[in-house]
Amino acid sequence: MSVLTLDAASRWFGNVVAVNGISMTVGPGITGLLGPNGAGKTTLIAMMAGFLAPSAGTVTLDGKPIWRHTDAYRTIGLVPERELSFGYLTGRQFVRANAELHGLPDPGAATERALATVEMTDPADRRIDTYSKGMRQRAKLASALVHDPAVLLLDEPFNGVDPRQRMHLMALLRRMGEEGRTLLFSSHILEEVEQVARHIEVVVSGRHAASGDFGTIRRLMTDRPMQYAVASSDDRRLASALMTEPSVLGVTLRRQGGLDVSVADLGAFAVRLPHLAREGGIRILELTPSDESLESVFAYLVGGPA
Amino acid sequence: MNPTIARLSAQALLGRRRGVVLLVIPALLIGLAVLLRVLTDADGGYDAVLTLGYTLALPLVALLAASAVLGPEIDDGSIVYLLAKPVSRHVIALSKFVVAWLATLALGALPLVVAGLIMDSGNPRRALAWGAAGAVAGTTYSALFLALAAVTRHAVVAGLLFVLMWEGLLGGLLTGIKWVSIGAWGRQVGYRFSARLDDAFLPLSYAVLAALVVTLGALWLTGDRLRSFTLRGDE
Repeated sequence: MSVLTLDAASRWFGNVVAVNGISMTVGPGITGLLGPNGAGKTTLIAMMAGFLAPSAGTVTLDGKPIWRHTDAYRTIGLVPERELSFGYLTGRQFVRANAELHGLPDPGAATERALATVEMTDPADRRIDTYSKGMRQRAKLASALVHDPAVLLLDEPFNGVDPRQRMHLMALLRRMGEEGRTLLFSSHILEEVEQVARHIEVVVSGRHAASGDFGTIRRLMTDRPMQYAVASSDDRRLASALMTEPSVLGVTLRRQGGLDVSVADLGAFAVRLPHLAREGGIRILELTPSDESLESVFAYLVGGPA
Repeated sequence: MNPTIARLSAQALLGRRRGVVLLVIPALLIGLAVLLRVLTDADGGYDAVLTLGYTLALPLVALLAASAVLGPEIDDGSIVYLLAKPVSRHVIALSKFVVAWLATLALGALPLVVAGLIMDSGNPRRALAWGAAGAVAGTTYSALFLALAAVTRHAVVAGLLFVLMWEGLLGGLLTGIKWVSIGAWGRQVGYRFSARLDDAFLPLSYAVLAALVVTLGALWLTGDRLRSFTLRGDE
């Protein structure tokens, strides 16, 4: 059982602040690190893995600073986002080299165990440069698992992995979390995190935007006012009708035609809109959500409930 | 010394295109020696070829070997796979150095002996003296260029400038540079074995000590830089 602790950790590169005063504790089980691209997830993981010194604050593993602490790697396994470039080795040779570097008593057995865990025993004798993205990802995972670490850090492990292998990887991570390992993975995709992690930490623009149970954060994200674009045969009459609805928070007329509608209660809005249209004899030409992107969800979280 | 790191470094060194260039340099030197041996009978070409081999081919081989065992891994970040291990950074530095050093001895210093023997087979002592000079300078160059690869991404350019400007041009113009020139230290050691080499007019003990200090210092620096290796994302 190992615990990673960040205490007011910040990291800046010149004038750019990549991580801004983040405090969090990562304990046994799976933690999802969620945030849009460029939010500072990789910087955070690099600090947790001892490959980046915090500019301010501390990052510790079981109370000991990780930076320049070589022995921490007995406890930590790291799956970096970066592509494997040992293309001239076979998967088995690569994993075995990792086992040897850990000074394991029986590197051969550890290699086979790690390869079996990620189901890479069969293609293990092929050179890494012949591997698909998913196979490389699993080879990386095997190399990080070979010393049976208590802490496993994975940076965007599902990136570019096809759906079938993604399911397999997810099941693997869940199993390792259940075994009591401290497991943290980063992702910019909400659905990915949802399928693997109970506990999530949200990072936006280098700041800690939210932390806690997935359900709570999901509600925070889905209960926010949502924006819809509506085009109709009579925008002004529809706008005035919409304003009488409690589920609608605001309506704006678009210069080029159509309405922007801010909706508080999606369910009620979906039921009432067709009624209003029929009663008024208005034809709805178009109805589209205009801010479904995750970025807008994050922006909302950072800004706080509107 | 970590055998796994050494094995991976050797594979990285031989498995890439640089490995071919590393073979071309000594091949050219030996080819030149053969050519001069066949075309001329006077001793005139001997010093010219050996000086070229010693001041240019040897440091180039050391530069290519030292940057090949470390540079690409740092450039593409794949060194994190080696560094995310409870292995002393200085052991990693030493293991990589040994690979680059052996390559430099085999492909930089040994060809000096071979070229010397081809051109003057009657005086093996003279050829071996060049080899000794090459071994001393090659050792120091390998360590220095390894440290350079750990410190900057422009290690090859910086190393080339060092070899051509500092060791070559300025070393020829300003005699005081001999005190801080790796080439002069090695040459002084070679002079100890055969007076046919140029005397660099340095105390032998100073030359040996200076080479040793720079080698060990560069190795320590390499390990320390690896200890502070920073992983930066693409974002």
